[in-house]
Amino acid sequence: MRLTFLLGEVGNGVRRNASMIISVVLVSMVSLFFLGAGLLAQREVSVAKGFWYDKVQVSIFFCTGQSTGVQSCTDGAATQAQKEQVKSQLDGMKPLVQHVYYESSQQAYDRFKKQFRGSPYLSDVTADAMPSSYRVKLSDPNKYNEVVASFEGQQGVEAVSDQSNVLSTFFKLLHVISVGAVALAVVMVICAILLITTTIRQVAYTRRRQVSIMRLVGASSTVIYLPFVVEILLATLIGAALAVGLLWALVHYGVEGLFNSTGSTGTLVSMISTADVWDFAPWLFAGAVVIALATAWITLRRYLRV
Amino acid sequence: MIRLEHVTKRYAAGGSAALDDVSCDIDRGEFAFVVGASGSGKSTMMRLITREITPSAGSILVAGRELVPMPQRKVPTLRREIGVVFQDFRLLEGKTVYQNVAFVLRVLGSKRHEIKQLVPETLDLVGLDGMASRLPHELSGGEQQRVAIARAVVKKPPILLADEPTGNLDPETSAEIVKVLDRINKTGTTVVMATHDQGIVDVFKKRVLELKNGELVRDEAEGGYARDETRERERAAERAARALEQGED
Repeated sequence: MRLTFLLGEVGNGVRRNASMIISVVLVSMVSLFFLGAGLLAQREVSVAKGFWYDKVQVSIFFCTGQSTGVQSCTDGAATQAQKEQVKSQLDGMKPLVQHVYYESSQQAYDRFKKQFRGSPYLSDVTADAMPSSYRVKLSDPNKYNEVVASFEGQQGVEAVSDQSNVLSTFFKLLHVISVGAVALAVVMVICAILLITTTIRQVAYTRRRQVSIMRLVGASSTVIYLPFVVEILLATLIGAALAVGLLWALVHYGVEGLFNSTGSTGTLVSMISTADVWDFAPWLFAGAVVIALATAWITLRRYLRV
Repeated sequence: MIRLEHVTKRYAAGGSAALDDVSCDIDRGEFAFVVGASGSGKSTMMRLITREITPSAGSILVAGRELVPMPQRKVPTLRREIGVVFQDFRLLEGKTVYQNVAFVLRVLGSKRHEIKQLVPETLDLVGLDGMASRLPHELSGGEQQRVAIARAVVKKPPILLADEPTGNLDPETSAEIVKVLDRINKTGTTVVMATHDQGIVDVFKKRVLELKNGELVRDEAEGGYARDETRERERAAERAARALEQGED
């Protein structure tokens, strides 16, 4: 079969079953959109959790030369002696204090750079401005108050924060969104598969005479199936492209537009960017191809006798 | 070219046989009528030859291929050797005469210059010269059947099967159609035509295979539609004489 003939057959099929083909486009768009949204929510969780989250419950930040307006930092940057004092206090709080990690200003700056790549804030920040800190893991995270209380206001300590507490609600929300989106995606993928099956059966019906002639003259099953498969593949790929477009718009105008540029929360949690959408796009297209090919082939083998 | 050996076809297990222990041999270049009432097994025989169905028992050989053990994936190759014409023409309504005929070649992947040469040649052969750009609904029944014949033979198959090709046509047009088939037969194509059109069979004097309730009851060279009893008695006598001779040997 020559390409022009194949394209002609595909064109005829699409024209004669336009509404069915459009519904395949829309259903695959919606299902892949939810799948992508679920994946992006998961990605957001891992981006926001960052490096310390799983290891740390409490962070003790030391004063920097730029710390202003904090009572305990009036002497400028924390001295080595002040840091050692904190360390020995922490050591004394075992077994509640399980692990202590030290992060220098430079390390903090490097991590910050990594986490906020592409952010307009990056250029305003220098390594000096990043506080060095002790990251503390507790044997019982619920007793974080004890640690917070003993270091808060101590000379050279700018702030003590309970990181997990701040973010856990946010992560729970993201997790629900992620699970919800993937669950919806599963339902929509089932819809897509059923719709593709119905569409192929309808297209096969409108083309039954053509197919019977093809069979009679000795066309191979591949030649008979190909126009159907190409039609469905095109429809799902268009659906996937629309889904990627929607996800891009969601992240670009929704996430980036609302959080990353205005700075309302951007300092606290780093957000996914459109680059993450492009990371997932090939997988969404691959998913579309797999759904289209597998469903089309099985349906054709079952309903289109050759 | 086509050989059936003790072929039986039952559509339902244990049901009555649509074709019952039929054996016959149709040679290359022959023209044979398969006659019989509706339900006598004519169409079953045609469908067995194109391997749309497989026999319940017996073996079938078509164009040098054993059909019973043939795997499904080889069936298309068999069908490329066979052209088929039906009573209801089965043309593609949206396509012109030329496109209907060219469709077969396009499906089979013929080159553009082959299509440009073969299609007009074939339309000429079936007497449709100058009608290439007409649509099927603009044609008479006879003309539509010619298009169907052109479509069946454009790929130059060695075998042409026609299942009641004149069933929807008046006697005059029917005769024209059989003439076209005869012309194709003269080019070396084996033609098997299932029909219950008595006039046609009587006029054209070809080999006749008569089916009755699935059994082959007559195989007569240059026969008529109805049993010719005088001739049959002669043949029975000949057979008896031959048997006698063989017995003496």
